[in-house]
Amino acid sequence: MQLNKSLQSGFTLLLNGVLTLIVMFCFTTLILLVAGAPPLAAYYHIFKGSLGSWITFGHVIKTWIPLTLCSAGLIYTFRIGLWNIGVEGQIMMGAVFSTALLRWGADWNQPFGVIGLAFAAGIAGGAIWAIIAGFLKTKGGVNEIFAGLGLNFVAQGFILWLIFGPWRRPGVASMSGTEPFPYQLWLSTWPGLRIAPAGLALAIGAVLLTALILKYTRVGLNLKAIGNNAQAARLFGLNPQRNMILAMLLAGGLAGLAGNIQVTGVYHRLLPAISSNYGYLALMVVMLSNYNIWAAPLVALFFACLNVGSIQLPMVLRLDSSLSGVIQGSLVLATLAVQAWRVKRNK
Amino acid sequence: MISDLNLTILFASVIAGAAPVVLAAIGETITEKAGIINLSLDGTILLSAMTAFAVAFETDSLMLGFGAAGIVGACVAGIVALFSIYLGQSQVAVGFVLTLMCRDLAYFLGNPYSRLQGPQASPLPLPFLKEIPFFGSVFCNHNLPVYLSLVLIFISWMYIYRTSYGLKLRSVGENPAASYVRGINPRKIQLAYTLCGGFLVGISGAVFSLAIKPGWGRPQGCEGVGWIALALVIFGGWHPVRAAAGAYFFSFLQVIGIYGQSWLPSVPAQVFQVAPFPLMIFTLALMHLAQKETVLSWTEEKAWIRTLIRMFSGTAPQSLGKPYQTD
Repeated sequence: MQLNKSLQSGFTLLLNGVLTLIVMFCFTTLILLVAGAPPLAAYYHIFKGSLGSWITFGHVIKTWIPLTLCSAGLIYTFRIGLWNIGVEGQIMMGAVFSTALLRWGADWNQPFGVIGLAFAAGIAGGAIWAIIAGFLKTKGGVNEIFAGLGLNFVAQGFILWLIFGPWRRPGVASMSGTEPFPYQLWLSTWPGLRIAPAGLALAIGAVLLTALILKYTRVGLNLKAIGNNAQAARLFGLNPQRNMILAMLLAGGLAGLAGNIQVTGVYHRLLPAISSNYGYLALMVVMLSNYNIWAAPLVALFFACLNVGSIQLPMVLRLDSSLSGVIQGSLVLATLAVQAWRVKRNK
Repeated sequence: MISDLNLTILFASVIAGAAPVVLAAIGETITEKAGIINLSLDGTILLSAMTAFAVAFETDSLMLGFGAAGIVGACVAGIVALFSIYLGQSQVAVGFVLTLMCRDLAYFLGNPYSRLQGPQASPLPLPFLKEIPFFGSVFCNHNLPVYLSLVLIFISWMYIYRTSYGLKLRSVGENPAASYVRGINPRKIQLAYTLCGGFLVGISGAVFSLAIKPGWGRPQGCEGVGWIALALVIFGGWHPVRAAAGAYFFSFLQVIGIYGQSWLPSVPAQVFQVAPFPLMIFTLALMHLAQKETVLSWTEEKAWIRTLIRMFSGTAPQSLGKPYQTD
C-alpha cells in the first residue's frame, strides 16, 4: 500500500516534470523561430558549449559554485518567508570586503593567512549587507524587497566608485576592474581548469550544512514554524524578528562567501559585474527546486549549463546570450503553471 | 559651473525625464488599487521599449510602436493576473520571474535592432501656451508622451476617486468578498485593471525607446526604472498624484546627477548614473519610517512636519496581494 502510494506520487512528479519541459521547449522554440534562428542548432550549441568538453564543464562548475552557495543561503530566508532579493548586493559586498583585505595584506608574506582572513571578510561583508536589510524590515517596516534592491544599487555604485576612484588601476581606470592580485594570493586551481577545489568543497559543505541545520536543529524548526504561521510561532514563544535576522545573516554570509570565491578563485580582481547576476538567478533556482535543499544543487547545475552554453551563441549563431535567461524563466513559469493546474484538477 | 544651471531648462528636463516614470507608477497604482501586485515592471518596461522601437523601425509609424508596446505590457500583466487570480500562485514569485525573463527576452529579440537609427517622437510645442514666460517653456514645449503623462495624473485621480467605476475598483482591492455580495465580479475587475495598468507600463517603455532615450541597445538605459516605479507606488501611499510627485523627484535627482558630473569631476561619472536609484529608495524608506508611532508622537507640536508626513502617508488596499477565492 505504502509502496503503491509512493510509486503513484513518483509517477505524478515525473509526469509534471515532462509536462513542464514540453511547455518550456514549445515556448523557447517559438521565441527562437520569432528571432529567425534555427532552434535545434541553438539547443545543440548550448549543450556542446556546456557539456561538450572538460574545459567547458570546468566553466559550468565555476558558475555552479556561487550559484549553489547563494541558493543554499536563500533556502533559509525563503523558509521564514522573506524575499531576500538583496542577495545580489550581498555577493558584491562579499567581493568588496575580500578585495579590501587582499589589497591590504598583499605584502604580508603570509599568503595562506591572508586568503583565510579574506574568506572571513567576504562572509562578514555579505552578512553585514544582509543584516542592514533585515533591520530595515524588522525595525523600520520597510519591505525587504525594496530594502534589498536599494542596497543592491548602493553596492553597485560603491564598486564603481572603488574601481574608478581609490582602487583604480595606475594609468587607466576602466570597466575591466582593479589591478589583479599577486599570484600567490590566487586560490589554487586544478591545472587546466579554472576551478578552485576549495570553492567546490565549500559549496558542497554549504549544501550539507544547510540540510543538516534545517532538518536536525532547533534553528531549522523555528524558521519553518515562523514561515508557516508567524502568529502561532509568537504565541509559542518564538521571536520572529530575531529569527528573521538570523536567516538573513546566514543567507548573507553564504552570498558573501560566493562573492569572495568570485574574487579569489575566478577573476583575481574586483570587477563591476563581479556578481554576474548570480544572486537573482539563485532566487529562481530555489523557486524551481521547490525550496528543497537537495534539489537546489541539481537545478543550479542545470542553470549553470544553460548560462555557460549560451556564451557560444553570439559567436556561432549571432544570437544574444540572454537566451539562457529566457529558458530559465520559462522553465520556472511552466513549473508554477503545471503545479497549479495539477492542484486544481485534484480538488 | 553653477552659472550653467538654467532653471527653465532644468525644470523642463525634469518634466520630460519623469514622463515614463509617471506613466509606469500610475499604471502600477491602478493595478495595485485592484489588489494585484505586478512586480514585473522592470522587465516589462524593457520588453515594451524593445517592441516599440522594433515596430516603429519596421513600420515607420510611431503610433504602431506605442500601440504594440502597450499590448506587450498588457500581455505580461495578463500573465501575472492569470497566475494569481485563476491559478492561485504567488504574485511576487511570478512577477519576479517575469522581471528577469522579460529583460532577457528583450535583449534576445532586440539584438538585431541594437544601435540603429530609428524614428522618434518630435517636439510638439503647444501654440500660444508656450509663449507664457517660464511656465510655457517648462510645461508646453515637449513631445506628445510628456503631455500625456501630465494629463494622466489628473485623469487617473479623477477616475479613481471621483467616479463610480473608481469606487468599484477601490472596493475590489479593499474587500473583494463584500464587492462580490454587491454584485461585482472581483476577478473580472482585477483582470481588467491589471491589463489596463500593464498597458500604461508598456506605453512607459515606448516613451523610453521612442522619446527619452531613443533607440535600442544593451543596456538601453531604462534598466532599474521599473523598480523605482514600484517603490513610488508603495511610498506614495497608493495615490496617483503622490506617486507622480515622487517620479518628478526621481527625475530631478537624475538631472542633478548630470550637473553633478561637472561640479565634482573627481567622482567617476558611473557613480552619478547609479546614485539616483539608492537615493530614491532610501528617501522613500525614510518617509515610510516617519509614519511610525514614535516619530508621530515626537512631531506632536511641530505642525508643519505633521502635515508633510500626512501628505505622504497612505495605507495599502486591504486585499493587496491576496487573490479573491470563490468558495
